Amino acid sequence: MWSIIRSLWLVLLHMFWPRFTVQYPDQKPYLAPRYRGRIILSRDPDGEERCVACYLCAVACPVDCISLQATEDPHGRRYPEWFRINFSRCIFCGLCEEACPTYAIQLTPDIELGEYNRQNLVYEKENLLIGGTGKYPGYNFWRVAGVQIEDKDKGQSEREAPPADLRTLLP
Amino acid sequence: MNPTLLKIVVILVILLVVLNVSALLIWLERRLLALWQDRYGPNRVGPFGLLQVVADMIKIFFKEDWIPPFADKWVFVFAPAIIMITVLLTFAVIPFTPLFQITETNIALLFFLGMSSLGVYSIVLAAWASNNKYSLLGGMRAASQMLSYEVFMGLSMMGTVMLAGSFSLRRIVEAQQHIWFVIPQFLGFVLFLIAGIAETRRLPFDLPEAESELVAGFHSEYSGMKFGMFFVGEYLGVVLISALISVLFFGGWLGPVLPPVVWIVLKTLFFICFFILLRAAMPRPRFDQLMSWGWKWLLPLSLANLAITGAVVLARGR
Ligand code: SF4
Ligand code: SF4
Repeated sequence: MWSIIRSLWLVLLHMFWPRFTVQYPDQKPYLAPRYRGRIILSRDPDGEERCVACYLCAVACPVDCISLQATEDPHGRRYPEWFRINFSRCIFCGLCEEACPTYAIQLTPDIELGEYNRQNLVYEKENLLIGGTGKYPGYNFWRVAGVQIEDKDKGQSEREAPPADLRTLLP
Repeated sequence: MNPTLLKIVVILVILLVVLNVSALLIWLERRLLALWQDRYGPNRVGPFGLLQVVADMIKIFFKEDWIPPFADKWVFVFAPAIIMITVLLTFAVIPFTPLFQITETNIALLFFLGMSSLGVYSIVLAAWASNNKYSLLGGMRAASQMLSYEVFMGLSMMGTVMLAGSFSLRRIVEAQQHIWFVIPQFLGFVLFLIAGIAETRRLPFDLPEAESELVAGFHSEYSGMKFGMFFVGEYLGVVLISALISVLFFGGWLGPVLPPVVWIVLKTLFFICFFILLRAAMPRPRFDQLMSWGWKWLLPLSLANLAITGAVVLARGR
């Protein structure tokens, strides 16, 4: 009985406590820089697309909301012909970002994705691609990967030794 | 003015005020609960979020009004009406002020008890007609809870009746000119309060609804305005019990300086807020605990209260 009266009194005293609510539309909440919100595709420091259309993000995605089509440009660089994310299915788990070998796909601290029409939540590549490098400013996949493209032969990447000449190794 | 016309005006005013107040209570309850839980509650629609009720009503009217195919259709539709009818009828005997009372009878309290017993049918029938096991469990709990709490609800009021010497609510208020009955009848007041909470199925006695165990208890299958009627019916019940407590134990419209209607409104509002505070602070007991308190503690206490009051009234030789 006493405990009931005491808890009534204590709850009544909460009248004078400050309120913890963040009044959202008027008062924006703090979102950490690594918050997992709207997804973007970033570019490398040269301004080219980072995505190499490896499909790893699409495979990693637990709800299968990424789809893309790989193709190759005249320089021998792979890129996605189209790239589509269905945000009405995305659960913002960030697994695509973890899977991506080139830091192309990144989650950003933007949560305001409300739409009246569900179809508007399907983002195409031109909606996803941004102008800058996003979270990893200096990283340039094609300059560190040992893949041959038009203006860069094998062994010419940063911190990469030239390939061994197999014939010199013959006895 | 023509007395019949006057009566009709009084009826309309009371009906309008009571219905609107209980709709507004939805807003009040959400704001107060939020206040006691360090939140804001609805504060977007209109000033202080007051128009939230209107928004809710519009929403509820546009909801699909679904009758499950396995339900007993006529009873299912009729059940929510019963609770509104019984509670609204009870307001007929409440004396808000000496002028503002729809009908004055010498069996007002008995009428209230009868109507509140009829109110149980609403819930039991709703549960039975829904043909759903959770509803049925809720209805079963409602039936046993209300039957056992009704027993001592009647007994707890008898002390006041003895002191006032009448079942008429107006006579009871007039008998409190010198001292509010809450002082000589404190035990009766506490018992009536507990029984009243159980009667309106509010927390901590909301076992028929018990949304954490029974989905939504007796109204699991209800949607749209039929659900709205149960909802408003519950708030009407809260207004009714609060008004009755202030009439029976706190001198009704009696009070210094301010006009009578202000006093009754203030007292009723105080008890409404107390009901909401209870909801903010209390956990829900187990069903067997609820029943054993009812029969093992509250019933004997109310009998003792009755016997002692009777002895005192006799000894004073009235
Ligand atoms: S955040 Fe998760 S759900 Fe969303 S696209 Fe990436 S992997 Fe798929
Ligand atoms: S975004 Fe990353 S993981 Fe997905 S296809 Fe492009 S490079 Fe591969």
